[in-house]
Amino acid sequence: MLESAATRDHYAKALIALGETNKDVVVLDADLSCSTRTAKFAAKFPDRFFNAGIAEQNLIGMAAGLACMGKTVFASSFSMFVTGRPWEQIRNSICYPRLNVKICATHAGITVGEDGASHQALEDITLMRVLPNMKVLVPADAIEAETMVKYVADQPGPYYVRMSRGATPLVFDVENFKFELGKNNVLREGLDVAIMACGIMVKLSLDAAEVLKKDHNINAAVVNVSSIKPMDEDNVCAMAKKTGAIVTAEEHTVVGGMGSAVAEVVIKTCPVPMEMLGVEGVFGESGKPNELLEKHNLTVDGIVNKALAVISRK
Amino acid sequence: MIDEIQLEKLQSVAGKIRKHIVEMTHAAKSGHPGGSMSMADIITHLYFKWMNIDPKQPKKEDRDIFVLCKGHAAPALYSAMAVRGFFPEEELKTLRQVGSRLQGHPDKNAIPGIEMSTGSLGQGLSASVGMSLALKLDKKPNRVYAVLGDGELQEGQVWEAAMSAAHYKCDNLCAFIDNNKLQIDGAIEDIMGIDPIADKFRAFGWEVFEIDGHCFQDIDDALVKADSIKGKPVAIVADTVKGKGVSFMEGQLCFHGAPCNDDQKVEACSELDKINGVCGC
Repeated sequence: MLESAATRDHYAKALIALGETNKDVVVLDADLSCSTRTAKFAAKFPDRFFNAGIAEQNLIGMAAGLACMGKTVFASSFSMFVTGRPWEQIRNSICYPRLNVKICATHAGITVGEDGASHQALEDITLMRVLPNMKVLVPADAIEAETMVKYVADQPGPYYVRMSRGATPLVFDVENFKFELGKNNVLREGLDVAIMACGIMVKLSLDAAEVLKKDHNINAAVVNVSSIKPMDEDNVCAMAKKTGAIVTAEEHTVVGGMGSAVAEVVIKTCPVPMEMLGVEGVFGESGKPNELLEKHNLTVDGIVNKALAVISRK
Repeated sequence: MIDEIQLEKLQSVAGKIRKHIVEMTHAAKSGHPGGSMSMADIITHLYFKWMNIDPKQPKKEDRDIFVLCKGHAAPALYSAMAVRGFFPEEELKTLRQVGSRLQGHPDKNAIPGIEMSTGSLGQGLSASVGMSLALKLDKKPNRVYAVLGDGELQEGQVWEAAMSAAHYKCDNLCAFIDNNKLQIDGAIEDIMGIDPIADKFRAFGWEVFEIDGHCFQDIDDALVKADSIKGKPVAIVADTVKGKGVSFMEGQLCFHGAPCNDDQKVEACSELDKINGVCGC
């Protein structure tokens, strides 16, 4: 069994499986198909792959047109360029008409690394979740990514799936994993604090819970919030009630991201102290992914410190 | 060729559509009559002679697809659809009212027969290219007809779409450019010149025909020729007049984004009743 894998590689696996069973699946990219791995679909199904070239606005528009005619459309590029550049096209040509387009972005977050700030999407969750009709998903690992992509292919309407560049440790077991829209997975039970995480921060949160137990005798629950929109409001409220303190952890700006989405639920259902771990509203920079995660405290220690801070506010 | 009986019918329908445009924007006290009237003859030809469409089966498999890229000309589209029988003409007066299916700009999910939600300029041609790709992929004979504004050509996305249509040899796509030479802030050549339109599309790999956009015979000839073009998309650059059909509206910038007042409405309708169609040839 694999220990780590890249979400984008399993995205391609899912696309190829879908291509074999559903002739209406088409895939678009904007000159980054080798990096997003959609090139693997293109090699297998050349007629159903369309490269838009370096033209993301038209990428989204063509995706909309294909969806109008009954296709299930996957549109990919780096998160930065497929959510930021054509945001208004996504709003008006996909979300408003509720078209069947799945925007599957790779290279999200600061772990893009050396390419630096221009390529590090830290605002995409915010940008996508404010759009009516758009659903927003962030897989915690490659297993979840593959399952999620297969799931969204069967669902009508617009979806945004956020994936990473690098290989990350697996959280889930292939055998027994099932993705459910709008359902959080409680990966570890605990009564002192709930750590709610998405993407690469899920595995780090599990490790942080171990440290909290061992070094501080704190029982932390860990929840995978892969369905950011729709959000599992019942679970968020239940975790708030049960633990009385919440930490959110995301590789994304804390402004309007997953933590904000959790906070929107907490304040209206069961207000408890919260701490949000993420990038503090600044641009990234060039560097090795791990160095950048360290710099922004997106680490096991960073999560532990936030947990201690929130517990002290109880 | 268009015979005399057809010509008379098309002229009469175009007159009716123009009257609806004047009346519905007047009733709404807002909207874009000028650019709706400049494309009235084009949409009349498409909806009443050219396109394979059926108001009783708006989603039939082999229909031709119409995309109003210049979505602010929604009154022209709504009038053509209503007169053609897609929905009751009575409904036209609900334009821009709360709860109406006739949104200020077309909503794909509101009325069967509206193929794409548009209004944000520059996006319709990209969607048309996607539709063309889907039809080609499925080896279907349906054709896609788009109408763009000339001011809309200032949007960069139009040229991304133009590039892709030629690259993918979208010969089932035909785009009209409603070249009425005015945009909301003034004359196009003063705001941001876009000429030469035809040469630009040729340079992007399109077949281009230049016509009088108020001449049904010209429109007909261009569509017949467009059908025979293989391996590339077709642009029909239509020389038109903003506000065409009502003397005091023609070429007047003020009617781009504002309707007639009460007196103007009466006068406009009486002019349109008299001429019953305004084909220039």
